[in-house]
Amino acid sequence: MSGATTETVDLETRQQAGDVPRPVVALVGNPNTGKTTLFNALTGLRQHTGNYPGVTVEKTVGVMRLDDGPMPAVELHDLPGTYSLAARSPDEIVVADVLLGQQRGSRLPDAVLVVVDAANLERNLFLVTQVIECGRPVVVALNMIDLAESRGVQIDAPALGEQLGCAVVPIVASKRRGLAELKAAVAAAVGDAVPREPAPIPLPEPVEAAIRSLQSFFSRRMEQLTRPVHRVEAMRVLIDRGGQAERRMLDIFGAELAEQLATLRASLASADVQLVVVEPETRYGRIGLIAERCIRRDDAEPRVTLSDRLDALLIHPASGSLIFLLLMAVVFQSIFVWARPLMDLIGVGQSALGGWIAGWPWLGEGAIKSLLVDGVIAGVGAVVVFVPQIVILFGFIAVLEDCGYMSRAAFLMDRLLSRCGLSGRSFVPMLSSFACAVPGIMAARVIENRRDRLTTILVAPLMSCSARLPVYVLLIGAIVVPQDRHWLGGTVSLAGLTLLAMYLLGIVVAVPVAWLLKRTLLRGPTPPFVMEMPTFKWPSLRVVGFRMYDRGKAFLVRAGTIIFAVTIVVWGLLYYPHPASIAAKYDQQKEAAAQTLAGDALADEQTRLDHEMQGDYLRQSALGRTGRFIAPAVAPLGWDWKIASAALASFPAREIVVSTMGVIYNLGSDTDEHSPELGATMKAQVHAEGSLAGQKVYTPLVAVGIMVFFALCAQCASTLAIIKRETASWRWPAFTFVYMTVLAYLATLAVYQGGRLLGLG
Amino acid sequence: MTLDQLQVGQSARVVGYLNDDEALLQRILEMGVNRGITVKLVRVAPLGDPLEVSLRGYQLSVRRSEAKLIQVEPA
Ligand SMILES: Nc1nc2c(ncn2[C@@H]2O[C@H](COP(=O)(O)OP(=O)(O)OP(=O)(O)O)[C@@H](O)[C@H]2O)c(=O)[nH]1
Repeated sequence: MSGATTETVDLETRQQAGDVPRPVVALVGNPNTGKTTLFNALTGLRQHTGNYPGVTVEKTVGVMRLDDGPMPAVELHDLPGTYSLAARSPDEIVVADVLLGQQRGSRLPDAVLVVVDAANLERNLFLVTQVIECGRPVVVALNMIDLAESRGVQIDAPALGEQLGCAVVPIVASKRRGLAELKAAVAAAVGDAVPREPAPIPLPEPVEAAIRSLQSFFSRRMEQLTRPVHRVEAMRVLIDRGGQAERRMLDIFGAELAEQLATLRASLASADVQLVVVEPETRYGRIGLIAERCIRRDDAEPRVTLSDRLDALLIHPASGSLIFLLLMAVVFQSIFVWARPLMDLIGVGQSALGGWIAGWPWLGEGAIKSLLVDGVIAGVGAVVVFVPQIVILFGFIAVLEDCGYMSRAAFLMDRLLSRCGLSGRSFVPMLSSFACAVPGIMAARVIENRRDRLTTILVAPLMSCSARLPVYVLLIGAIVVPQDRHWLGGTVSLAGLTLLAMYLLGIVVAVPVAWLLKRTLLRGPTPPFVMEMPTFKWPSLRVVGFRMYDRGKAFLVRAGTIIFAVTIVVWGLLYYPHPASIAAKYDQQKEAAAQTLAGDALADEQTRLDHEMQGDYLRQSALGRTGRFIAPAVAPLGWDWKIASAALASFPAREIVVSTMGVIYNLGSDTDEHSPELGATMKAQVHAEGSLAGQKVYTPLVAVGIMVFFALCAQCASTLAIIKRETASWRWPAFTFVYMTVLAYLATLAVYQGGRLLGLG
Repeated sequence: MTLDQLQVGQSARVVGYLNDDEALLQRILEMGVNRGITVKLVRVAPLGDPLEVSLRGYQLSVRRSEAKLIQVEPA
């Protein structure tokens, strides 16, 4: 073993022990360049996410092992994708701050890894030139060379490296090609002992003079700032009028700085320098020279690619809209058809498990057995059964996102969305919200305009998320469309169409809500819509598979923690108080019956009494009492107190309604008659009292009403928490909660009463 | 004329900018829409807005109101 290797091992042990901090490498790049793919390839699953303090930017950190060299491993920090360091919002300035070592919660990086799309090099180099000027050692990962080559673009990487003054390594992140060379280059950059003097691309002299004078303005006031101001930051303060860098400095220096800036800008304007124009033109001018030397294009005339032909079809007014609707229909259809066998399997496993545990002789008949069988197994099982459908839905979304269809959808929808005050940019957050509002609301960060972003955040929870899916599936399958009808060889079914209708409901309601918001609370001018349209490509199985695995896991973890906890609480609220006097009363009646009846008649009577006893227990349980207390308020919706109780219990997370129903009807049913299918049990429920006594509780009309309620109501603590985090105020989550709950109640009322007027009740 | 007035399929050279909205203009410039560059109007969305233009070997979507900031000369 060589000395160097021993040293490496030593350093690794000390790094792991935390004695020696690992070097930090920042990962930056334009959106859609394969940054996430590269990050995953370099770090494997050794990564964790957090947040930068004070802003809503996610901080993803992974450990990247370097195969050789003195450095065993470095920390890789994945930064948000960006086109430029010019920041218009507090979130956008994080990238520049990290690169300059002035971001709280982050150390000055020892090197910067910039990912660029080789097929689109010129535009990607804009950010590269900005990053190089931040003064840290830079390595450029020239990604997607496979795509570039297939389009006849050849790039001379060594020449490019020479032009830029940094290492350039060609890679194919999705196929893990070139990663060893990339790691070696990163190791060399991190080990670069000599601090680099970056040669910035010089702006015209008057601008450079203004930047220098700003820098000296700041350095004369170091005591107020406690840190030196880098040229890059001074440049941003000067150029990005109204941008984040300027705003932050104005907060500190006030009128003094405002005056200085006004003087500098006025003298530049009188010298005929347009500040916003000068920087991009200078950079792209230099990039043009670099491109001339390093890029070779095979054919002058761009070929008509498959992507172009697909675009002609998919963005066409008629065929495009038709394909869009068809695509959505297929998605919902498959959720029912493909997931069914798996769901059945989980259901069978669950009731077998419940039966097995119920059979443990030492468990007794008391609260513990009830908790395990009626609470934990029936409750959590009722939710877990929906994992296959959620995974399929996320799979579809991942495929559409990865192949580039989502950008087309945003392009198609922009005009419509801007009519109600949103923009095409709101489309991806909204569509993600169909899977879950939490990532959807986080995806709204790409919307620069605050009012647009808020409007998107406020209507995103109206999209039917996957947590509503269990409710829909249960009610549609059991009550609304019990005998499913198929057409066209099974590709179209009534159940699938009903589900599609529930999803459309959220969209249809979101339009007027957004429209109203933009005309009242969030009134303002229309923001820009400048967006890259990526070319179509085959979705990567790895990316799609990872997304499905990740979401399925997240849902299961939720089922295992939050839902598990709430289920136990709900079980407790349904089980307690559990006075022995009720059981004693029914025992007496049973004894009396035993004296007068015999055989089958006795058994029937005992079963009837058992049901009544369970019903009595439910009725006077804590949740039952609350449900009965609010029953008059929900009676106009056609609900009984059991539905009211279940709806109440599901305010922390709406999918809990299914497990609560499981607990309610399991507690209230005889174990011998226990049906493995919750839906069948619910279908059999009849009103025990009141004017509707003897009639079915779950008529199709009532079930549709319940679905409408769950479609519109704000029953998700995580969503409200994320709105609080993203808007940094309690006002907006409170507003969301109130408007959605009121809306849900009124809409359900309209459905039920309207349906009865039409004679559907 | 301005970028939004091109016909679908028509190419033109960027010759200047209208500085009506500084932040917006900066975004467009940073994406590589600069003087001297050739842009082509690829298609218009079904509802008439936004536009898809190609430049520097990639596709960009902009609204009509934004394309108005870019002055062009048909090739
Ligand atoms: N052909 C090809 N595709 C790649 C390569 N690297 C990544 N991709 C694909 O490019 C797509 C985008 O990759 P991501 O890693 O999600 O890109 P990103 O930069 O993180 O994008 P954002 O999440 O939008 O910021 C994925 O479908 C990848 O599979 C590559 O070298 N060649």
